[in-house]
Amino acid sequence: MIKHEIIEKNISLMVLLIIIVISGGGLAEIVPLFFQKETTTPVAGLRVLTPLELEGRDIYIREGCHVCHTQQIRPFRAETERYGHYSVAGEFVYDHPFLWGSKRTGPDLARVGGRYSDDWHRAHLYNPRDVVPESIMPSYPWLFSNKLTGENTAAKMEALRVVGVPFTDTAIANAEADVKGKTEITALVAYLQQLGTVMSNRR
Amino acid sequence: MTSFWSLWISFITLAVIFGCLILVVRTRRSEVYKETTTETMHHSFDGIEELDNPLPRWWFNMFIITVVFSVVYLFLYPGLGSYKGYLNWTSYNQWEEEMAHAEEHYQPVFAQYSHLAIEDIANNDTARLMGQRMFNNNCAVCHGQGGVGAYGFPNLADNDWLYGGDGATIKATLLYGRKGAMPPWLDILGEDGVRNVTSYVLSLSGQEVNAQAAAQGQTTYQAMCVACHGSEGKGNLTLGAPNLTDNIWLYGGSFEQIAHTIRQGRNGVMPSHGELLSEDKINLISGYVYSLSN
Repeated sequence: MIKHEIIEKNISLMVLLIIIVISGGGLAEIVPLFFQKETTTPVAGLRVLTPLELEGRDIYIREGCHVCHTQQIRPFRAETERYGHYSVAGEFVYDHPFLWGSKRTGPDLARVGGRYSDDWHRAHLYNPRDVVPESIMPSYPWLFSNKLTGENTAAKMEALRVVGVPFTDTAIANAEADVKGKTEITALVAYLQQLGTVMSNRR
Repeated sequence: MTSFWSLWISFITLAVIFGCLILVVRTRRSEVYKETTTETMHHSFDGIEELDNPLPRWWFNMFIITVVFSVVYLFLYPGLGSYKGYLNWTSYNQWEEEMAHAEEHYQPVFAQYSHLAIEDIANNDTARLMGQRMFNNNCAVCHGQGGVGAYGFPNLADNDWLYGGDGATIKATLLYGRKGAMPPWLDILGEDGVRNVTSYVLSLSGQEVNAQAAAQGQTTYQAMCVACHGSEGKGNLTLGAPNLTDNIWLYGGSFEQIAHTIRQGRNGVMPSHGELLSEDKINLISGYVYSLSN
């Protein structure tokens, strides 16, 4: 009989046992996903972001959009009726980090691309209550005056390429010229308008 | 999933569960039926000693229950690698069932209106209300509650239409969307040209303008703008070119607003909803939209 005293009085043994127990979950649930076809193969037609969309994505992260908006449609009728086809792992292969989020204060944005016009997005981000009177979303007026310099865009793309996002050399070479001088709102709307458009069966 | 990863997952899952079970059983005191003891843990602090009591029985039993639960769960549901589980449950199947169930229950509700023309839906109280609900959910973010529109988003409750207000056209607009294409004219006309045309455009709806500027603008208008807006400025439903004579303005009707529109162009977009909503639903929404102005 092992006495509990042995574990309780040997802190190294206790630490070792705790590590074994808690790593079990990660080893069984997370590690195998790094090697599954479903999670590592992009869905048909998935493209990498343009430099402008990539900058928009970073603005999305900077402004904390993912804190109130998820980007994952779960396979429930209530969600697919409202947002479109449920999300699949292959859509997020080029996302580093993924922006699935974990809380919906606002609606899911996984397939918001093409759902509203660019003009609507601009009006909505300038002051959400101008188009949705009951909205509690903050306004983002500075996106309209802040301009992108594009000085880091190519470096970001290089870094993402290291972790497996297949940006072409041409895209990286032209990145700065593509985004320089554009406003942040242009970049953010470009990013939003491509979200989820890779899967055509949206109902 | 390859058999390696299947075995990997199964082994780790079961090893953790049964490892915890062994740990909790083996470290419980051997005198399992004795709930209290006078034996101490042999360390004291300020004369206070800890008794070496076993884990309370109810607590110990809860550990056992979690193990039993996990075993039953792993038998019924897919948790062990590629084992599909006794119930054959997948989230995809569950969604399919939900959808089939909904189709069975709600399809007949929509089906009773699917043969109606858009104009008849507008006259059917129930169908119109259903359309209104869906309009509020899908369309009101741009066109507003009741379809009254806003700056840049057309008012659907008046009788002024960019592409036409009959049932079939409304339905086509919903299904396929619309893309407005007013080009920017500043580079072509220059600032003076823009202001002259603005004066002429304002005069079309009977507003007081500088007559000389309007006359110059008219020449430009007849050369550049007639193709879409027509020689009398009545617009063109096929192209979605607005009527300029009715004093209804999507982007504002002041001199500066109109001049801005001419300078920069406009590209209003109505997104297509054919992939977002079923045709039955689009019929009902079209009926509601039609009813707003008829």
